[in-house]
Amino acid sequence: MLYLPLQDIEASKLNIDDPEHLRIHSLETFGTHDGPGIRMVIFVQGCQFRCLYCQNPDTLDVKAGELIAIDELVQRAVRQKAYFGKFGGVTVSGGEPLLQRSKLSTLFQRLHKEGINTCLDTNGRLNDVHVHELLIHTDLVMLDVKHINEEIHRKLTGLTNKNTLALADYCESIGKRLWLRYVLVPGWTDQEQYIEEWGQRFTNFKTVERVEIIPFHQLGLHKWELLKMDYPLKDTPTPTEESKQKTLAIFNKYFDNVILK
Amino acid sequence: MKTDVTAIPFEQGEWNSTLNVYSFVVKNITPYTGNSSFLSGPSAKTINVWNATKEALAIERANNGCLAVDTETISNITAFRPGYIKKEDEVIVGLQTDVLLKRSLKPFGGIKLVESAARERGLEVSDRIKDIFKYAKNHNEGVFNAYDPEIRAYRSKHVLTGLPDNYARGRIIGDFRRLALYGADALIAFKKADFKQVSGEMTEHKVRLREEINSQIAALKDIVLMAAEYGLNISNAATTAKEAIQWVYFGYLAAVKEQDGAAMSLGNVSSFLDIYLERDLKSGLITEEEAQELVDQFVMKLRLVRHLRPASYDEIFGGDPTWVTESLGGQLNDGRTKVTKTSFRFLQTLYNLGSSPEPNLTILWSEELPEGFKRFCAQVSIDTSSIQYENDDLMRPNRGSDDYGIACCVSYQEIGKAIQHFGARANLPKALLISLNAGREEHEGTVIVKGIPELPEGPLDYDLVLDVFKRTLSDLARVYAKAMYIIHYMHDKYYYERAQMSLIDSDPRVDIAYGAAGISIIADSLAAIKYAKVTPIRNEKGLTVDFKIEGEYPQFGNDDDRPDTIAQEITHFFINELRKHQTYKNSTPTLSLLTITSNVMYGTNTGATPDGRKSGEPFAPGANPMHGRDSSGAIASLNSVAKLRYTDAQDGISNTFSMIPKSLGDTKEEQVTNLVNTIEGYFKHMAHHLNVNVLNRETLMDAYNHPEEYPQLTIRVSGYAVNFVRLSRAHQLEVIARTFHEKM
Ligand code: SF4
Repeated sequence: MLYLPLQDIEASKLNIDDPEHLRIHSLETFGTHDGPGIRMVIFVQGCQFRCLYCQNPDTLDVKAGELIAIDELVQRAVRQKAYFGKFGGVTVSGGEPLLQRSKLSTLFQRLHKEGINTCLDTNGRLNDVHVHELLIHTDLVMLDVKHINEEIHRKLTGLTNKNTLALADYCESIGKRLWLRYVLVPGWTDQEQYIEEWGQRFTNFKTVERVEIIPFHQLGLHKWELLKMDYPLKDTPTPTEESKQKTLAIFNKYFDNVILK
Repeated sequence: MKTDVTAIPFEQGEWNSTLNVYSFVVKNITPYTGNSSFLSGPSAKTINVWNATKEALAIERANNGCLAVDTETISNITAFRPGYIKKEDEVIVGLQTDVLLKRSLKPFGGIKLVESAARERGLEVSDRIKDIFKYAKNHNEGVFNAYDPEIRAYRSKHVLTGLPDNYARGRIIGDFRRLALYGADALIAFKKADFKQVSGEMTEHKVRLREEINSQIAALKDIVLMAAEYGLNISNAATTAKEAIQWVYFGYLAAVKEQDGAAMSLGNVSSFLDIYLERDLKSGLITEEEAQELVDQFVMKLRLVRHLRPASYDEIFGGDPTWVTESLGGQLNDGRTKVTKTSFRFLQTLYNLGSSPEPNLTILWSEELPEGFKRFCAQVSIDTSSIQYENDDLMRPNRGSDDYGIACCVSYQEIGKAIQHFGARANLPKALLISLNAGREEHEGTVIVKGIPELPEGPLDYDLVLDVFKRTLSDLARVYAKAMYIIHYMHDKYYYERAQMSLIDSDPRVDIAYGAAGISIIADSLAAIKYAKVTPIRNEKGLTVDFKIEGEYPQFGNDDDRPDTIAQEITHFFINELRKHQTYKNSTPTLSLLTITSNVMYGTNTGATPDGRKSGEPFAPGANPMHGRDSSGAIASLNSVAKLRYTDAQDGISNTFSMIPKSLGDTKEEQVTNLVNTIEGYFKHMAHHLNVNVLNRETLMDAYNHPEEYPQLTIRVSGYAVNFVRLSRAHQLEVIARTFHEKM
């Protein structure tokens, strides 16, 4: 039922091959939506989730994209450092960054040497020692908890949410700063009882600084068409204002700082 | 209870014994490090006057951008009876003519231009004035008496463009603060003392100076008469804030009654005026609302400055700008900030009166500026797109003074001690085409530069091209310098700025501000020749009509050193060539990378270039990368422009940066923080100037289609701001087509 094979073997090689190079999809030099301040955003290539609403289906294939030297990424970040201010820095997003967790440890350590803040934007697919090592060098984790219900999560993404939740718990246990993200998809993630449950699950986390609600949009449609893949949500509307406000109200019960994007 | 303000004495200093406004400011300034929460909205009086003004502005717009023209009078300081908008509510008075927005004739720059400007509006200059100019010579005539065939060829073939040879040069900033601090009588006495000093054996310099000083004294006397017509005596120093603002404004008003220079800047009056406002507030003479009312009404007057311009002028300076440039902020050399509450009050006018291109508010940005001020500036940018930023940390050490304003769009100018002569600009891509066509211009094949060899057939060779291009630039510099010498000689002779000069030291230092357009096309063209294969396509006359580019080449605007260093090298080469030539009044050459809106006109007049730009396509504005070529994001784009060295282009390196609000962040708070960091980051790279637009493209499209709904929509273009709806349709489309950093 997955629209693209899982690529388990290739995915595990991704973390090991070419330790000095990162497989990336693209770079953005002035990200203001992926973490605090102005950030250089590295979109890595490869993801094993198969979200029905994926807006970046072109980042999924772990063999696509291009290899770029970690040192070059560091140099580029240094050229942009003056703009980062007190809060900005580098965000690694995807795709799924954790598939290249060991290389990212290298990257983040080098960035820290240059005094540059690091942020990881992840779906929490993995939670192993290498991920824990990476977290040491990560200043902020943005964790996408796509659905609180295991069964729906599987339907929505193709995989379990257990690792994601475990990673959240691990971050809480080590006091790692967290921003939680939630994509609001009509018919998929707008069920009130599950949003409540989601809120309850994290409301007591001391590490959660902010929760972001990201309303589903259709801007990724053309990418599906380009890849000649069948886009399951091509007829799904964007959430209504009412639904967005309702969701916001629920989250507001559980968290101090909720941003509706 | 109102107390006597003079009871609070100013801190004494050098300013008491010599003419030294700077000493007064340094001794008495109250730096403000707080935020904007103290500010007031508009007063009832301000609203009344502004409503009356808005009605007149609507009529002006409906009447093709010109309300009325007085064709009977030659405008000077005393030519018109007093004019009012709504007398009982005006706390600051004075209009250029007797009627709000009525334009006047200032024919000494060029009677022909004035005649055609009137005629375009279905009017005729009166017979009396025509008759006068049968006997009186004007600047334009003088210049063309002295021009030689070379200059004429460079000019008519659009290599040298927009030269101030048929209109006033502007750019000279009087130290309008002097009138408030000393009063006209004391200033006349200082001038008389100067006059006495210029004695002994005569030289041309001394004779000229003696004549100049006497015309300045006459101007001061006229300013007193003008003020008296409004019932005010400005012979003595101002005693209150209201008087100080009024005196300063009278100084400025005198300048714009006599001169219609392209840019008529105000300088840096706000923090000077703050000293008076602070004192009046402290003594209880005025409230914050009244302080704001004074500033609002002063600024309102500055918004209403008008000059009579012909349509041809609109091509180079679109949107009827006047460049009443006022600089806010910056730091003192002693480490204190020049930000005062009145810096905030000036910005507040953009809320109280709505956004506006004039006065051209310019923030002198330093890393050391108080955080509250930085954030307020960013907020104002996001809300109004009306302000620009210049790097104080770069200009202050490089140019020497911490008492400076911005002349015209972006150019540093020490106030009261030095002036600059405006030099318009040279079309660099045109020069490149001349060098690729054996010294001939590309349209008709007229020989412009002699001795440039024909290039061998086939793909262009980088070293060969660089060689012929540099030879062309050398020749261009030689002819350009001659033209400027003649222009400024004649301007002094026939259209001397006696009003501004009466408020400046008698023998000031002078910069000659040359300019260059199209640097990003040069960088890309040369990079294309170097890194790709570029073959000219020539017509039967052997002139280039297009270029075939095979392969990719690195483009300016992507933080890539390959094209960026080419831009650096050519700028450096050109200013050094300009520095080799004689200048009028021994002025010091500077260079700007700036276009105003003329980038559209340049494009129209310039054939296809080796970077792939088609014939007639607009240039990028100022030093901006070409549209759509800065594809590596906003920071890379900014970093490329930041590489252009200020020491090579001290007249200014203009960069216009447009982004949609959403791209700055999710919340207003984040947007403000991110904009502050963007400006800070850019200036940490030693960049010089940044125009900031925060707008949606859809808003501009809507304004294009429904101009009547956007009377005050303001956008920043190269070095200044304009009412979007007052730009020509072509300019509007060019702005809409420009790179908006959506994903930065
Ligand atoms: S986790 Fe992100 S990249 Fe991966 S499939 Fe889901 S939406 Fe797409």
